[in-house]
Amino acid sequence: MRVTCTVNGTTRTADDVWPGESLLYVLRERLGLPGSKNACEQGECGSCTVYLDGTAVCACLVAAGQAAGRDVRTVEGLAPEGELDPVQRAFLQTGAVQCGFCTPGLIVSVHDLLARVPKPTDPQIREALAGNLCRCTGYEKIMDAVRLAASSAGTETR
Amino acid sequence: MSATVHVGLAATVTGGVGASPLRPDGRLKVTGEFAFSSDLWADDMLWGATLRSPHPRARITELDLGPALRIPGVYAVLTHEDVPGRRLYGLEHVDQPVLAADEVRYQGEPIVVVAADHPETARRAVKAIGIAYDVLDPVTDPEAALHADRAPRVHADRPNLLRHVPIRRGDPHAAAAVVVTGEYEVGMQDQAFLGPESGLAVPADDGGVDLYIATQWLHVDQQQVAACLDLPADKVRLTLAGVGGAFGAREDLSMQVHACLLALRTGRPVKMVYGREESFFGHVHRHPARLRYEHGADADGRLVYVKARILLDGGAYASSSGAVVANAATLGIGPYDVPNVVMDAYGLYTNNPPCGAMRGFGAVQACFAYESQMDKLAAALGLDPVEVRVRNALHTGDRMPTGQLVEGPAPVAELLRLVQSKPPAGAADFPPGGTANTTRGEGVVRGVGYGIGIKNVCFSEGFDDYATARVRLELIGGRPAVLVHTAAAEVGQGLVTVQAQIVRTELGVDQVTIAPADTAVGSAGSSSASRQTYMTGGAVRAACQAIRTRLLDRLDGLAGELRLVDGQVRDADGGTVADVAELLGDEAIEETVQWRHRPTHPLDPETGQGDAHVQYAFAAHRATVDVDTELGLVKVVEIVTAQDVGKAVNPAAVTGQIHGGTAQGLGLALMEEIQLVDGKVRNPSFTDYLLPTIMDMPPMTVDVLELADPHSPYGLRGVGEPPTISSTPAVVAAIRAATGAALTRVPVRPEHIVGV
Repeated sequence: MRVTCTVNGTTRTADDVWPGESLLYVLRERLGLPGSKNACEQGECGSCTVYLDGTAVCACLVAAGQAAGRDVRTVEGLAPEGELDPVQRAFLQTGAVQCGFCTPGLIVSVHDLLARVPKPTDPQIREALAGNLCRCTGYEKIMDAVRLAASSAGTETR
Repeated sequence: MSATVHVGLAATVTGGVGASPLRPDGRLKVTGEFAFSSDLWADDMLWGATLRSPHPRARITELDLGPALRIPGVYAVLTHEDVPGRRLYGLEHVDQPVLAADEVRYQGEPIVVVAADHPETARRAVKAIGIAYDVLDPVTDPEAALHADRAPRVHADRPNLLRHVPIRRGDPHAAAAVVVTGEYEVGMQDQAFLGPESGLAVPADDGGVDLYIATQWLHVDQQQVAACLDLPADKVRLTLAGVGGAFGAREDLSMQVHACLLALRTGRPVKMVYGREESFFGHVHRHPARLRYEHGADADGRLVYVKARILLDGGAYASSSGAVVANAATLGIGPYDVPNVVMDAYGLYTNNPPCGAMRGFGAVQACFAYESQMDKLAAALGLDPVEVRVRNALHTGDRMPTGQLVEGPAPVAELLRLVQSKPPAGAADFPPGGTANTTRGEGVVRGVGYGIGIKNVCFSEGFDDYATARVRLELIGGRPAVLVHTAAAEVGQGLVTVQAQIVRTELGVDQVTIAPADTAVGSAGSSSASRQTYMTGGAVRAACQAIRTRLLDRLDGLAGELRLVDGQVRDADGGTVADVAELLGDEAIEETVQWRHRPTHPLDPETGQGDAHVQYAFAAHRATVDVDTELGLVKVVEIVTAQDVGKAVNPAAVTGQIHGGTAQGLGLALMEEIQLVDGKVRNPSFTDYLLPTIMDMPPMTVDVLELADPHSPYGLRGVGEPPTISSTPAVVAAIRAATGAALTRVPVRPEHIVGV
């Protein structure tokens, strides 16, 4: 089947999509956007988090056909080419990135959190990110990254 | 977060040793552009898939590939008969089939590999293969496996006992006033890196193959793949692809040979990417263990003797079990000075999933047991748990049970006192079980527990452990620049950052590029055993020093203490003697150095005596927990930890390792276990294999000591593993302190706490 949707502001079409393919597969293997990661294929790890019509979802749980005609925003589309979103910059600056496999999904989740709750408390951060697994950092520097991105220092370049 | 470090006299190098410059791959990782091994793509690429045994032990009686070959889009269906070279591989013993021939020895063992033009087509082809088994009773109990009359052989040609390491020190019959005994069990933990096994094999015009792969050691993969393909090593070229975590699980081969076989057969690039379920079958796990300990002490709590027996379930193939057994034995009484030791550690073959390397590598299992024993001893004597540990703490100049002298700093007592001295934890953010718990605090009790551990750094027992670095200093755009080329695997730990830091410090050059890691340069050894900053860092430093010598040789007749700083040669007073750019001119200086740590020696097979280890590293933890005694739920409220790292080459990366290692230890304490029934994995998914989330992890306070080791580069000590070792017993001790439950097994389950 053919799937057409808006991805990072551009209309994109994928042909010969097998009905069983996920949005994640289409993004990664058909549209050349491998930034969203596949680590569990069942919505447990959050590594594939993307925006679908403005809502953060696990792209592995969205059938490709469900994305037809809708608006998808991935980690590749958070900042203009060559620039970093404040959330991306905060992850970099606080050392919240080790192997980096969970990073794109976490960054989209944090981006979503701060859009809804600009100054989250620590418990709010933990609740919001409970669906994003990280195996390297123990989450401590991820907390630092979110706090930095939410601070005036983090957002002044927004 | 960039910082500066002072080097020499009134000189600064931005981003040198001791600073925390941003990681060079960080920008790509936050934008999603960093190419992990599962992100690779090539024109005309095919997808590989694997048929795996559903049985832990069976004979293959029928195999019909026809139905798979008839599916359109399928390009190759290969079995063990298609392996042109050695049909077995393995790190210590070559005992594991590339593809099973007539017998399978664990659930998930690969039998057939398929290449097709879509991953789903490949999966369907795997399902279409006709196969029949004669199912046999699996050997699943390691205790039974130890006795020839209680279990059949897992491998017909050898006994089930893989390795026995005995250690005898002092008087085996020593007696003591106070004796505590205990039996403990450690479940099978999974490394659960997030980036699944994956890679891309591309057939080359010369009949060889180029493999882009996430691994911990390119050269040990190359050696094994080449042997199985019957190709010379120079025709099997490996390049490190982005590695989504490792933690030991990428030491053994997974899809390397399979993808190369398929690529060479089809003449097309072949990509293999495991899903999460397949990943649970695609790599080795942490050895489950049964441990029996007897500690004898005098009335003051001074240990008189320790007797211990450790049984490690190696599963169906050897992997690195031999070294794990040696670690469990040699480190098995912990960082304590004990005059009389009787230790026996055993590794067994069974039909359970193969076990091998995971962060902590044998030291983890033992630490849970010996630290539980130290708490028991404290209780028997009415002593504070920290006090009893401090009274027995290992010091510089003491001897390990192997007879090896503990050289260099051994701040065991200091680390314990440090974590004990921190103010008590405050209120928790959440009740045990999270916000869904409706408790108002009734039945919730708090406890505090301690743990300390010891780990060897680098490879042991006489292994020829080395790392290679090629460093090139040249002018680029009129300015001195350095290119570093090694085969060392960046697995997330920040090795690429550290290599550049070392160059900046040694050569005073800002502009440093780290070339992609590949097999075009000599081996770096493994990114494991907490060794890579020590080893590849040591090699990079040595190569830089050789370059500096050659550069300064060009300053005819000038002697004295010269330093390279900010692109200049400076004398002891800080005066500029020469400009590096002018000295260099058009003539680049390149040095390739193979660097070794000081030699180690085998253990005596009867007594376990020998200087087997390079360096010891120590970390201590204090855990504070709230326990809901009615529901058996635990919330870790806070973890305080302290570790001696010798020299924090990159302080931000060091604390990142300590945080992450502590989290993996917490996971083993509370939730992480591959659950086996009759040799079959019951929970191969992230829904059923639980990992600590951000809700499970508490705030962590980290103290880093920098007590230099005189033998290592910059005095550094390996960092990665120690934090994983002692956090497990600290968390369990805290639960015991809160509840009084005995808790002899990890992970602790709610029913262990509630007592149902």
